[in-house]
Amino acid sequence: MSTRTARPARREDQAAITYREAVRESIREAMHRDERVFLMGEDVGAYGGCFAVSLGLLEEFGPERIRDTPLSESAFVGAGIGAALGGMRPIVEIMTVNFSLLALDQILNNAATLLHMSGGQLNIPLVIRMTTGAGRQLAAQHSHSLEGWYAHIPGLRILAPATLEDARGMLWPALEDPDPVLIFEHGSLYNTSGVLRPGPVGITRSALRRSGRDITLIAYGGTLHKAMKAAEELASGGVEADVIDLRVLRPLDDSLIVESVTRTHRAVIVDEGWRSGSLSAEVSARIVEHAFYELDAPVERVCTAEVPIPYARHLEEAALPQVPAIVAAARRVIAS
Amino acid sequence: MSEKRTSPHRETELLRQMLRIRRFEERCVELYSTEKIRGFMHLYIGEEAVAAGVCHVLTADDAVVSTYREHGHALARGLPMTEIMAEMYGRAAGCSRGRGGSMHIFDASRRFYGGNAVVGGGLPIAVGLALADRCQGRSRVTVCFFGEGAMAEGEFHECLNLASLWRLPVLFACENNRYAMGTALARSQAETDLALRAAAYDVVAWPVDGMDAAAVADAAARATESIRAGAGPHFLELRTYRFRAHSMYDPDRYRTKTEIEEWKHRDPVSSLAERMKAAGDLTDDDVRVMDKEITEEIDRAVAFAERAPLEPVEDLTRFVYSEVTS
Ligand SMILES: Cc1ncc(C[n+]2csc(CCOP(=O)(O)OP(=O)(O)O)c2C)c(N)n1
Ligand SMILES: [Mg+2]
Repeated sequence: MSTRTARPARREDQAAITYREAVRESIREAMHRDERVFLMGEDVGAYGGCFAVSLGLLEEFGPERIRDTPLSESAFVGAGIGAALGGMRPIVEIMTVNFSLLALDQILNNAATLLHMSGGQLNIPLVIRMTTGAGRQLAAQHSHSLEGWYAHIPGLRILAPATLEDARGMLWPALEDPDPVLIFEHGSLYNTSGVLRPGPVGITRSALRRSGRDITLIAYGGTLHKAMKAAEELASGGVEADVIDLRVLRPLDDSLIVESVTRTHRAVIVDEGWRSGSLSAEVSARIVEHAFYELDAPVERVCTAEVPIPYARHLEEAALPQVPAIVAAARRVIAS
Repeated sequence: MSEKRTSPHRETELLRQMLRIRRFEERCVELYSTEKIRGFMHLYIGEEAVAAGVCHVLTADDAVVSTYREHGHALARGLPMTEIMAEMYGRAAGCSRGRGGSMHIFDASRRFYGGNAVVGGGLPIAVGLALADRCQGRSRVTVCFFGEGAMAEGEFHECLNLASLWRLPVLFACENNRYAMGTALARSQAETDLALRAAAYDVVAWPVDGMDAAAVADAAARATESIRAGAGPHFLELRTYRFRAHSMYDPDRYRTKTEIEEWKHRDPVSSLAERMKAAGDLTDDDVRVMDKEITEEIDRAVAFAERAPLEPVEDLTRFVYSEVTS
């Protein structure tokens, strides 16, 4: 992708920034860097963005580049594919992964397959961002974590920024990727804040967020922070955990996982998807395939209960992976 | 309907229903601010004439399919306020056993098929309910409420075509409140004459003043009679306005205060009350009594919800598959 000299989007000093602002800054930067970039989706403009991510961008870039769409997920995602084919660099925003199902046909049957079907002629430099996850009592049509499904599809790159740095840094390399990239932002992260360490981030490797020697905790997106809390709790009981942030759900980078498990001999995987057929199942299979003889105990998984997410707070909490369940699973794995 | 049917009894019922919806939701706002109700909550305030008018003409055998903005539809359909409130509290006594909340109110016994939070998602279900009635030779109507924003979704077009092709007994009740979240009608629909678009599928369609409950009831009566007589699906564009934000999260930046105030002059509740008073069919005392009865009903619903037990956590994974009793 041709890169014009970056105009610094805003001074990134020591002030705390939210995840939401980090994503917004990444969009602003991309819009400044490359005039082919535009943002399109429902209520990204006049409304200020469903989760206020794009607030203020309409005023800055105008309605041609911050393009409000009608409620037409299949059409505007498909139009994103066409625009990418036509030389643009669209960022398509879908309000939540639940509504992306209306565009699943375009994503799977076109975005993910055109390059191969055309014998390498038609690549799709498209980025699709969407919110995922539960935890806000929004019930079964607004709470699911389906990024694991998308990670099943060859031809797509699937990203799950869990940190401020990734929220800020993943978009630009995603736009530089010649192929479709889906970015999943967990809804519980938007209000998290901290001091951002500026700098480029890659979109190919998983990352070690904490190191220990006794066990490997593997998480991503909305569950990373739960895994980090669990690691703290385990540390107070003398158990030191490696915490791996998958970051890139597809193509899955299993080298760090295998390296870590080879040291710790034990693993717990945390995934907000449903257990059966989930990404956690894939990670578990990779461990078994590549590090079976290193394991001192069976791998455990902490996933969402196999139920459409219920509204009532106590039921929703019980359905989702929680810190005590991660700690308990880790202790079982250590004990066995 | 050329001449307006007037009946003091019918209008009193329409007024009572609208006031119930209004007061219920006003209480919901208070309960939301004290976090008794959580999640997304979409208010119907301003649009009450639509639910009250349409549901007034339905029989117990008819079916209703709704959206996430469905408190009004549920109340007008006759779901007990106690069970709706308990649902919003997330209690086991709620009409969806606390699984659904504000956006997912269901009551199979009243043929109220919810509470769909994916825009356009209810339309095909309505077509299928009507298909089942057709297959089984029943003279029933299925009403499908949806917002004008849903008319941009492919499902709308597929459903209108299908229902028309098969002459199915569906009443498509489009609540045109002029906004889909922050997107104004003209910014989401290339052709803003919505009835015209429905007519393109050979569906009988016309616009209705959705701020006038009597006009809505007249139109719905005419449409359902025609549907029952075998004339196939009908489409009503109910022109209305939401006085409140899209949801409790919406800062409402996309429309002017003046515009909202102008529409409030056409408040469906007070304008019907004024008209009835002018005709000598209603006194201030009547309104006070009505309001008092409604407040008592709401108090009972809140008390019921407060006392209602929670679903046991052990039952979390119930209702994922049907429980087959042998
Ligand atoms: C398929 C889908 N896309 C987006 C949303 C988010 N959303 C919820 S309501 C809404 C606006 C719908 O407007 P309209 O159909 O006019 O109904 P209204 O809310 O005005 O009653 C949007 C965009 C959704 N729930 N489902
Ligand atoms: Mg609307």
